[in-house]
Amino acid sequence: MAVCVAVIAKENYPLYIRSTPTENELKFHYMVHTSLDVVDEKVSAMGKALVDQRELYLGLLYPTEDYKVYGYVTNSKVKFVMVVDSSNTALRDNEIRSMFRKLHNSYTDVMCNPFYNPGDRIQSRAFDTMVTSMMIQVC
Amino acid sequence: MELCGAKRLGYFGRSQFYIALKLVAVAQSGFPLRVESINTVKDLPLPRFVASKNEQESRHAASYSSDSENQGSYSGVIPPPPGRGQVKKGSISHDTVQPRTSADPQEPASPVVSPQQSPPTSPHTWRKHNRHPSGGNSERPLAGPGPFWSPFGEAQSGSSAGDAVWSGHSPPPPQENWVSFADTPPTSTLLTMHPASVQDQTTVRTVASATTANEIRRQSSSYDDPWKITDEQRQYYVNQFKTIQPDLNGFIPGSAAKEFFTKSKLPILELSHIWELSDFDKDGALTLDEFCAAFHLVVARKNGYDLPEKLPESLMPKLIDLEDSADVGDQPGEVGYSGSPAEAPPSKSPSMPSLNQTWPELNQSSEQWETFSERSSSSQTLTQFDSNIAPADPDTAIVHPVPIRMTPSKIHMQEMELKRTGSDHTNPTSPLLVKPSDLSEENKINSSVKFASANTVDGYSSSDSFTSDPEQIGSNITRQRSHSGTSPDNTAPPPPPPRPQPSHSRSSSLDMNRTFTVTTGQQQAGVVAHPPAVPPRPQPSQAPGPAVHRPVDADGLVTHTSTSPQQIPEQPNFADFSQFEVFAASNVNEEQDDEAEKHPEVLSVEKASDPAGSLRVAKTDSKIEEKTAASAPANVSKGTTPLAPPPKPVRRRLKSEDELRPEVDEHTQKTGVLAAVLASQPSIPRSVGKDKKAIQASIRRNKETNTVLARLNSELQQQLKDVLEERISLEVQLEQLRPFSHL
Repeated sequence: MAVCVAVIAKENYPLYIRSTPTENELKFHYMVHTSLDVVDEKVSAMGKALVDQRELYLGLLYPTEDYKVYGYVTNSKVKFVMVVDSSNTALRDNEIRSMFRKLHNSYTDVMCNPFYNPGDRIQSRAFDTMVTSMMIQVC
Repeated sequence: MELCGAKRLGYFGRSQFYIALKLVAVAQSGFPLRVESINTVKDLPLPRFVASKNEQESRHAASYSSDSENQGSYSGVIPPPPGRGQVKKGSISHDTVQPRTSADPQEPASPVVSPQQSPPTSPHTWRKHNRHPSGGNSERPLAGPGPFWSPFGEAQSGSSAGDAVWSGHSPPPPQENWVSFADTPPTSTLLTMHPASVQDQTTVRTVASATTANEIRRQSSSYDDPWKITDEQRQYYVNQFKTIQPDLNGFIPGSAAKEFFTKSKLPILELSHIWELSDFDKDGALTLDEFCAAFHLVVARKNGYDLPEKLPESLMPKLIDLEDSADVGDQPGEVGYSGSPAEAPPSKSPSMPSLNQTWPELNQSSEQWETFSERSSSSQTLTQFDSNIAPADPDTAIVHPVPIRMTPSKIHMQEMELKRTGSDHTNPTSPLLVKPSDLSEENKINSSVKFASANTVDGYSSSDSFTSDPEQIGSNITRQRSHSGTSPDNTAPPPPPPRPQPSHSRSSSLDMNRTFTVTTGQQQAGVVAHPPAVPPRPQPSQAPGPAVHRPVDADGLVTHTSTSPQQIPEQPNFADFSQFEVFAASNVNEEQDDEAEKHPEVLSVEKASDPAGSLRVAKTDSKIEEKTAASAPANVSKGTTPLAPPPKPVRRRLKSEDELRPEVDEHTQKTGVLAAVLASQPSIPRSVGKDKKAIQASIRRNKETNTVLARLNSELQQQLKDVLEERISLEVQLEQLRPFSHL
């Protein structure tokens, strides 16, 4: 379902990025990169209120003709970006939210690992497994 | 060399190596180099391996080959050889490894230990090991070497059934070679140490070395579960845990664990993975269980076994109770080659995995709880879903899915029973109520399934029990509708409100049931009688009253046998009243006794004999009084057609009451007329032809009653359908709103 999943650190460098079709990876990387601007825009717009009230799920960042990009940001300014195929019309908003929630949970688990230094690339196998499951779900 | 001349295997198995070592010791100590001498000498001095390594190798080879011939004599040999093997390797460098590449798989411990154990310390271990044979592992060594070697040989050849056993353990039987493990050769895991592990064995285990130089760990002797932790291992782990965290029930914080495991010199990535596997509750700290699991995994990794993707069952965090008991049974680290401990861990582990399974289930369930919306499609976490649904319920009493089912059903059951007792006739018009009265979960499930099927909301198959709720709600609604009787529409729209009122409904139904109990035989086409209308019923229903009255007023008894048959079929008031109307219309001049009689006949209390019209008059008087009293509170439009659903019976009654009232009035006004009517009635039964008419009248009345009841039934069913539809729509809305509520 998700064609590409990326975890962006606070400083806007990727902690984890993975795409399903291994070709055209660069395109996805670029899409994720450009979507960061949209994320920042949304965050700044909503961030005027208390951060607590800010919704973690950002929703559809922007659609292209082939893909839709969804965003999710944590309270520590770690961003999750997901690119899904537009042809996958069965994907509802709820499912996207649930996928982001799973991502967040897995990311939290990675963070809890004392052997993980924040800022390192995420190399956790469990995280990989979870992302793989998300990317192969409905396909 | 002679001894090892017969190289059965062509290589040195581990036990063979051990025996060789022992033979070396024997030889060095001056004893004749014979296999038997090994056993005879209890306290063999440690073989001195000062000589050239190759020499030792050859001697070992010799002893090994000899060993192959005499497996039975290895009882005392095997325990020390492991130690020796370890020490030997410690003293001998890797040169020994080469000639024994084939034997390496069986000596996983030794290379590992070698770097750690400095030669000076080896004698200590040797001595300890030497004591072991005296300690006596008689059985194990015998059993071990036999199957041990053959499979080993076969493993080498790569084809044997026995090999299958061993290869089955190849994925990572944790060789407890962490720290100077005194491997007992008979353990199956020895064979599973494949050459691949050899290289890893050379890695230094600084973590263990510093602290456990003298500890001897037993290899995991699990034939079926390679990941089991033996007693010694566990004891070792516990000791390690204590060094970091004295409280066994406490946690090791992540940072401390990180430092500890970093000492094992495993790559950080692997340590990270081990952490992910072992930190079961994902809290960033290690409990004793988690710590042991992590330690175990490190040990395995050190021995060359790849880390699993998922935590093995035997490593899952177990209940601490089990651990404590296990620790108690643990042998002291140094000595303890008795065979029993080997069995102890296997016996322990089966129970532990079972417990472990509950833990992962719990964990999974907790994870599922946390990811509620994602799992909405799975029906596995049904109970949890319901409990998730429960908080949404306004009724805190109905929190758990099971109670949700049970309590309303109980209520239903009670209500139904009460109704049944109250009225001899079940309510055909309210199948929903009848269903709960059956009070079987299957019914609920069926109804819920039915409802679920009707419910096209996706993603909420979990509402199995939830649907039972709406069913109850629906039934409550219908019941309450009937309770209210006035405005069914008011109760229909909000399903939740009826839900919190199971007790209320019950009480209300009880009230009505009480009234119904009075009105035995009354056929309540409606669900429940209208409360205000109830009083009239009992009063007129006191048809025994007429009987009472009759004897009381035993007068010129106009035996109205005709009326008695009339009484029989007349159960509902309204039917009676309709008949009454008919009668009144037809027989204006009929004595009022007839009318009066019809009233008590509401109860279908048959009094075969109506003594006299005077009696009836009296009855009617009494009844009229009753009815006037009763009708007063229940004043409904007289012209209401019987088609008004829930109020129908009420209205009927009321109407009947109203009819009665005017009739009563008439009666009071025209007592003469009534008397005439009454007189006419008695006159009817007098003549046989009149009896026939009476019968026909009763038949007519019954038919009318039937039609009225049928109408009621249809209307109530229609209401039921409406309620169900509303429920469905509300559930759809609820489910649509539900995902958003979780964000």
